Amino acid sequence: MSADLDQLENQSIYILREAYNRIDKLAMLWSIGKDSNALLWLCRKAFFGRIPFPVVQLDTAMELPEVYEFRDRITKEWDLDLKVEQCPPEEEMDQTLPPLTRAAARKTEGLKNLLRDHAYQGVMVGIRRDEQATRAKERVFSPRSLEGDWDVKDQPAEFWDHYKTRFPEGVHVRIHPLLAWTELDIWRYSQREGIPIVPLYFAKDGKRYRSLGEKNITFPVDSTASTIDEIIAELQVTRIPERAGRAMDNESEDSFERLRSVGYM
Amino acid sequence: MPHSQLRIVIVGHVDHGKSTLIGRLLNDTGSLPDGKVEQVREMSRKRGMPFEWAFVMDALQAERDQGITIDTTQIHFKTKQRPYVIIDAPGHTEFLKNMVTGASQADAALLVIDADEGALEQSRRHAFLLHLLGVRQVAVVVNKMDKVEFSSRRYEVVAQEIKDYLAELGLQPKAVIPVSARNGDNIVSRSEQSDWYLGPTVIEQLDAFRPQQTSPDQPLRFPLQDVYKPDDRRILAGRIESGRLRVGDTLHFSPTGASAKVVSIEAWNHPETVLSAQAGQSIGITLDKRIFAERGHIAHHQSDAPTLAHRLSVRLFWLVSDPLVVGKTYTLKIATAEHRVTVEQVTAVINVEDLSSTPGKAVRRNEVAEVVLRSRSPIALDLASDLPRTGRGALIDGNDVVGGCLVVEIEDSAAANITEVSHTVSLEERAQSNGHKGGVIWLTGLSGAGKSTLAMALERALFDRGWQTFVLDGDNVRNGLNAGLGFSADDRAENIRRVAETAKLFADAGMVVIASLISPLKADRARARVIGGERFHEVHVAANLATCEERDPKGLYKKARAGEIAEFTGISAPYEAPDQPELVIDTDALSRSEALAQLLDYVDETLGKNSLKSEKELTYVI
Repeated sequence: MSADLDQLENQSIYILREAYNRIDKLAMLWSIGKDSNALLWLCRKAFFGRIPFPVVQLDTAMELPEVYEFRDRITKEWDLDLKVEQCPPEEEMDQTLPPLTRAAARKTEGLKNLLRDHAYQGVMVGIRRDEQATRAKERVFSPRSLEGDWDVKDQPAEFWDHYKTRFPEGVHVRIHPLLAWTELDIWRYSQREGIPIVPLYFAKDGKRYRSLGEKNITFPVDSTASTIDEIIAELQVTRIPERAGRAMDNESEDSFERLRSVGYM
Repeated sequence: MPHSQLRIVIVGHVDHGKSTLIGRLLNDTGSLPDGKVEQVREMSRKRGMPFEWAFVMDALQAERDQGITIDTTQIHFKTKQRPYVIIDAPGHTEFLKNMVTGASQADAALLVIDADEGALEQSRRHAFLLHLLGVRQVAVVVNKMDKVEFSSRRYEVVAQEIKDYLAELGLQPKAVIPVSARNGDNIVSRSEQSDWYLGPTVIEQLDAFRPQQTSPDQPLRFPLQDVYKPDDRRILAGRIESGRLRVGDTLHFSPTGASAKVVSIEAWNHPETVLSAQAGQSIGITLDKRIFAERGHIAHHQSDAPTLAHRLSVRLFWLVSDPLVVGKTYTLKIATAEHRVTVEQVTAVINVEDLSSTPGKAVRRNEVAEVVLRSRSPIALDLASDLPRTGRGALIDGNDVVGGCLVVEIEDSAAANITEVSHTVSLEERAQSNGHKGGVIWLTGLSGAGKSTLAMALERALFDRGWQTFVLDGDNVRNGLNAGLGFSADDRAENIRRVAETAKLFADAGMVVIASLISPLKADRARARVIGGERFHEVHVAANLATCEERDPKGLYKKARAGEIAEFTGISAPYEAPDQPELVIDTDALSRSEALAQLLDYVDETLGKNSLKSEKELTYVI
């Protein structure tokens, strides 16, 4: 039984089609992780096999080698219009940020450069509400200023699937088609659909990556789950948060919030 | 355990303890991640407070400092029965739009009321909004029972008051539960302090709620989101909002009136052929013929059509500081269709405290009201009470969603016309007397394609044969009927609408109206066709752009090329050729007299004497 997955899938496809119809220049961010892989899959469903916008990787050159291998293989097999945006170095980041948070901020700057250079009006991002408390407050269509700032206190009303799709000059919108999905949903859906997965998610020598990030700021967690079935079983009983292996989140009480308010995904 | 999660919203007045209740629910169902309780204890200690459950939810720095919840947040937890997602809705008045955002997604709601304070203004406003937003499953949580020493008498007073209020909205709470969220009474386990209470605990009540169901047995409504051409297929994409469609069904589209058969339901990476689809599914279909269909059109079956309306009454909530005012024009978005609507009347501003109402001229932020809207274009819609998803919408002003509304009354355009008209002379009599039928011959094409020449020649030829005929020329009507209109997209559309309405009147009077307008946009012509109905005949006067530019009878192309005319059709604005006109006249290939002969043949055949022979079998609906 997976009526709930059908419902999530239908809703995400609806959102993708709204975005494609209403937003002039659109791109999708692909982190190569399980969530954005599922999002790519949903795009292929929504648009009958061909993804009608570019797929962008914000690259820090710090991903694990398996991630790059996976990227190149899937890009070829799925005939993606891949654009790789090189993120600026850590030295150029806000030096008041704690060091690990600073490393993560590189992607924010990479995204800003991307938006400025290509004038994208909408960027699709595969974040989920259950990942992290500040992401829980997101809208499906979430406007940002030119600097990428997110005004969490003044977000647009969003009801009955009527999304905010008109913006003044200079504002871009983040579109979050996976907001209502949970980590468990993504795994169950990946299993049901046979979506390719970076092997780092599967346990090797008692450890696996539960959330995939750059090698300098992400660490594998203790696990013996070496198949999707075992991951699903593990998630049904675990009380450890998904981003436990993301060093920057836990650096200080508000580091993730600080990252997001200035434009992190 | 079923995976299917239930979405609940927790609403109520500020400080009545919503966040505390949520913190409790998460903790008592074992849903908090490791370390969270310690983190909350530390956060409370730092701020010199006793252990504060509300901090579990208040994850943002700003909120911890203010002590109130700012935005709607979604948190997941599980009972033995099933998973839940809680949408925390803020109680602070100015954050109403966040509350609407949260509550509109919910299957069921908990309304939290302070046992000591009882239902306050916001409690009532939130209850009213639940009713407006269509949340039908509601339970009331009477919180802070510890503050009133678990007095059953106090509970009864608060419970009765809110029950009476909800009853006036047509809502019956599934339970009214006395709790102390802070101490955990009647949340997961039954409290010894309220042995007089026999109803469910909060968790028991949650497990008794049912997910919102979409019924495939309702009339089909398939609003189009987009049309894709991934290869040689032309796929109409959208989500079925109600009902079911099958391959082979004949679909009708509102408001255009076009119809076609479903050839296939397209699916990617789906090995089996899909033969039917139902409410809730995002699908794509192909049709047996090319009809004009675009985003906003609603597909349905012939027997259960949505109503076409120009005038409707809505119950609305207003979200922004700029008030809604009589006479102002907004965009109304229903499903995927957008229409320009003008506020004709504010029938009633509703006082949510006692549900009394007063007529007004404006609706202010956070108010709810009944309002009459008038649209220039026909809107395909349903009553919210029949089909909520095509009976409700968002109001947009500029870039922003400013309000939401439910359709509560519709003035059916078609029905209204039938009652308006009570001519003693029937159409048929007019046709018999004139020797021809009335009709609208709509000539569309580029400037210089030969529309005006052809229109005037046709008028002359018909007149000489004794026909009742008149040309409505796009340029001529701009001097009178449409003198106030400019060249914005809205005004151009209105120009065409007025000509179409006027042409229809002439046709009703039995005349052959020859409307000669560039009318470059399919959507505008589709509206003209809706107005004209079966007496509308679209004729594409076709010529190459190069030919037209060479002819340039009015010298306009030269000016457009020089940049002196903005948005000139064919040069700097598109001309969308008709997909299925009744007739195409190629003035590149034909001489003037050949073109006229072809047009005359068509008019004679469809409106002339021979067409009158079968007249007796036809029923006219004006």
